[in-house]
Amino acid sequence: MTATAGKLRFGIVVFPGSNCEADTWHAIHDEMDAPVEYVWHEETNLDGYDCVILPGGFSYGDYLRTGAVARFSPVMGAVQEFAAKGGLVLGICNGFQILLEAGLLPGAMLRNAGQKFVCRYLHVRVETTDTPFTREMTKGAVLRIPIAHGEGNYYADPDMLAEMKEHDQIVFRYCTAEGESTPEANPNGSLDNIAGVCNRDRNVLGMMPHPERCTDPILGSADGRLVWESLLEVSRGDS
Amino acid sequence: MRMAIEPRMWRELGLSDEEYQRIVEAIGRDPTPTELAMFSVEWSEHCGYPRSRPLLALLPKEGKYTSPVEGGDAGGIEAAPGLTVLFKMESHNHPSQVEPFQGAATGVGGIIRDIFTMGARPIAVLDPLRFGELDQPMARYLFNGVVKGIAFYGNCLGIPTVGGELQFDDAYRGNCLVNVMALGVVRTDKIVSGRGTGVGNPVIIVGNSTGRDGIGGASILASHELAEDDEKRPTVQIGDPFTEKCLIEACLEALETGAIVAMKDMGAAGITCTTCEMSAAGGCGMDVELQKVPRREPGMEPWEILMSESQERMLLVAQKGKEDEVLGIFRKWGLNAVVIGQLTGDGLLRVRDNGEVVAEVEAKKLAEPPVYHLPAEEPAYYRACQAWDPSGLPTPKDMTAVLRDLLSSPNLASPEWVYRQYDHMVQTNTVVLPGGDAAVLRLKGYRQGIGVTADGNGRYCYLDPYLGTQLVLAEACRNLVCVGADPAGVTDCLNFGNPEKPDRFWQFKRSVEGLADACRFFELPVVSGNVSFYNEAADGAIYPTPVLGVVGVLEDVRRHCTAGFKRSGDVILLLGKTRDDLGGTEYLKHVHGLVTGRPPALDLDLERRVQRTCLEAVRAGLCASAHDCSSGGLAVALAECCMWGDTGARVTLPAGETEVRLDARLFGESPSRILISAAPDNAEKIREIAGRHGAPLELLGAVGGDSLTVLADGEPVIAAPVAELKKLWRSAIPRLMEG
Repeated sequence: MTATAGKLRFGIVVFPGSNCEADTWHAIHDEMDAPVEYVWHEETNLDGYDCVILPGGFSYGDYLRTGAVARFSPVMGAVQEFAAKGGLVLGICNGFQILLEAGLLPGAMLRNAGQKFVCRYLHVRVETTDTPFTREMTKGAVLRIPIAHGEGNYYADPDMLAEMKEHDQIVFRYCTAEGESTPEANPNGSLDNIAGVCNRDRNVLGMMPHPERCTDPILGSADGRLVWESLLEVSRGDS
Repeated sequence: MRMAIEPRMWRELGLSDEEYQRIVEAIGRDPTPTELAMFSVEWSEHCGYPRSRPLLALLPKEGKYTSPVEGGDAGGIEAAPGLTVLFKMESHNHPSQVEPFQGAATGVGGIIRDIFTMGARPIAVLDPLRFGELDQPMARYLFNGVVKGIAFYGNCLGIPTVGGELQFDDAYRGNCLVNVMALGVVRTDKIVSGRGTGVGNPVIIVGNSTGRDGIGGASILASHELAEDDEKRPTVQIGDPFTEKCLIEACLEALETGAIVAMKDMGAAGITCTTCEMSAAGGCGMDVELQKVPRREPGMEPWEILMSESQERMLLVAQKGKEDEVLGIFRKWGLNAVVIGQLTGDGLLRVRDNGEVVAEVEAKKLAEPPVYHLPAEEPAYYRACQAWDPSGLPTPKDMTAVLRDLLSSPNLASPEWVYRQYDHMVQTNTVVLPGGDAAVLRLKGYRQGIGVTADGNGRYCYLDPYLGTQLVLAEACRNLVCVGADPAGVTDCLNFGNPEKPDRFWQFKRSVEGLADACRFFELPVVSGNVSFYNEAADGAIYPTPVLGVVGVLEDVRRHCTAGFKRSGDVILLLGKTRDDLGGTEYLKHVHGLVTGRPPALDLDLERRVQRTCLEAVRAGLCASAHDCSSGGLAVALAECCMWGDTGARVTLPAGETEVRLDARLFGESPSRILISAAPDNAEKIREIAGRHGAPLELLGAVGGDSLTVLADGEPVIAAPVAELKKLWRSAIPRLMEG
């Protein structure tokens, strides 16, 4: 088997208004040397991909509520089926918002508590390594990673949150550089400092921070590589 | 049907009686109402530059780097083999004063189109902003609205906003300045022109529908002073960044087909401007049918369709027979794309409304307005300010208090409140993030990178427009060498008052002369630019404010440098010399309430020596940090290096400057100075480089501890914990904006 044949095949969905698809493509293709293709939002067949990524951006302009229009896009029916069959789905930023709107992940996203768009480097703590997206990480490890969003204030009702905790679905929490989840380390008012969650089957992950923006150390951090390395390890492990 | 033209009609369109007569002379008859409307926009200062063109001809077009574009919507320099960086800066001052959110948003949209219309992928935006003092509610309203508008538009497009400038001064109270610079990259052999060529080739309008928004934006709003009672809101356009994002992708995809002959952005003066300028540039004519233009509302008159400044529209010329391929790409992106006419060989721009010809004029006549040579006269204040003598100025007792005061003034405080609201990392090229001397961007697939900065100083230019403009250029270039970039090309956004007033025109003339001379000295081409006149409100003109965007090249993007101190024990060096320069400084204004004096003297030769030393030292990897000393002087620059690096420093002012007053040693703004920190082992090598270039170099002290301590003649004159200074500096703007 060649090296490439063992690698995960990535598909990056492009909605009109997506704007991180090329960054994600660059990180996977050029930095991780893994096979990746764009998937136009009108596509209804996701056969041939192992991991489908919904990238960051402003799908359809997001003039209404983030992700509210994109969830009705033709490709989303295929994403639902793909996930139901156990395919890996990663939503980054706007992609996370779309997964929430589509009901693939629990909870909802509100405007940032400060009512402003926030772009900055910050820290998140790895809460579980029991996902295909985080298995190369260490539980409790602190990643330095950027965010850039206006609606990242995650919310779930108390019952839902309790259920998510019970099933270990909280994947990342905003924290200080020392790894403490304090109110000061929370950039957007997110419930319980939540920065990323997965579904109960653990094959769908939504995260507000951008791993593709920190895959090359010249950009200030390479901690985002751990997401890609985890996914690529899945491929080697399963094949 | 031919309507008689009455004086009321041209005056309402912003034309003088004399200008009307020139139109009649140019076409040899009375214009039709539609033609009159077209001339009014195309001959306005905003589009045709009739008042500024003679002086702009002084600016050099060539420098040490190749600048491959002549006469495009933007210009550029070749930053890597075969790769051109295109850039341009523009103003959206009056629209932003009238409606800050949409004014600023559409300013971003417009300048971005100037970039991708030439086939370049937009890679960055910078926003130099000027408002009245922030204790005024109106200034806060405008500032907040403008920042939100830029964030709304730029973030949605996925183009990082990587830099800018903030200045607050009463001079901008009634007329804020919102300048936007955009950059893009394109393979040099793929640059697209705006020249319509090939008789019979189809003319296609793409993007948004045409509505009644922005009618008269160029001729009325941009080419006249603002008055208190004006109802100019309908002349401001409304931005739709989602459509623009799709338009960028569709245009770049359509260019890949090779079927596009020419492309032009519809900015000021909309369809009038694109049709006549494309025809004139290509030496052909054009025949278009207005009823084919997708419209947002029924019943629009021909002149309204022609003058509308509805955003997110482009005009294309495609190869005959390949139009369907082009139209299909735009439809895929959900955009309008309609053939509205074709190129002709007669040089005439013929506009039809349901087949009836409503305008027929020679495109060149429309596109090439007459030139006005305006009188210039030295303003009354100039001599008095030049004669100001600082010897009567009291020297403050507590210099630490002065430093605290300066760091918490909005002009020197951290601009973090602004750039946090902008996505400055998307596209994953931003190697040096906002807040330092200049942004650094990598060029994916190339070893080279670029540095970019935008600078202005209205106070200097008010006190001496010739010298002030040169100081601005020198500072911008110094910012670039601090990050390791070799200055390569300039774009200018020239914000001035009413040029019909001779004292204002004198400011413009002296400023352009200063820029031209300094650009020649530094071998820098002015590759693009924009003139914004009539920046006057009821209480007078703004400071003359040329804002310069300068792009530099990093030979190896990994060899860049940032401004914050890095390691305890590093030595701190000062390149350059401090003189008695208090005129026009931030210190003089903020602490003493004075705007007067001569701006700091500039020795171009010394400036070049200092810059060459810094660039060579950074490129050799010898510097741990490099930071330009400018606004607020050496003391503020030292504090910034400490705050960025979260570390203290202990320095002693050079002994050789005892002739200089203490406040000038600390807060004076002598140009040609750069603060460098370096590992002790590297200091000797830097000294050798400075010696070779003939640049003065002084050892000031060392990085370390938690406090900034400055000694002069053996006595501590400044001592403060860095954490405390940083808190003041970071909280100053949020405190004013959010209470």
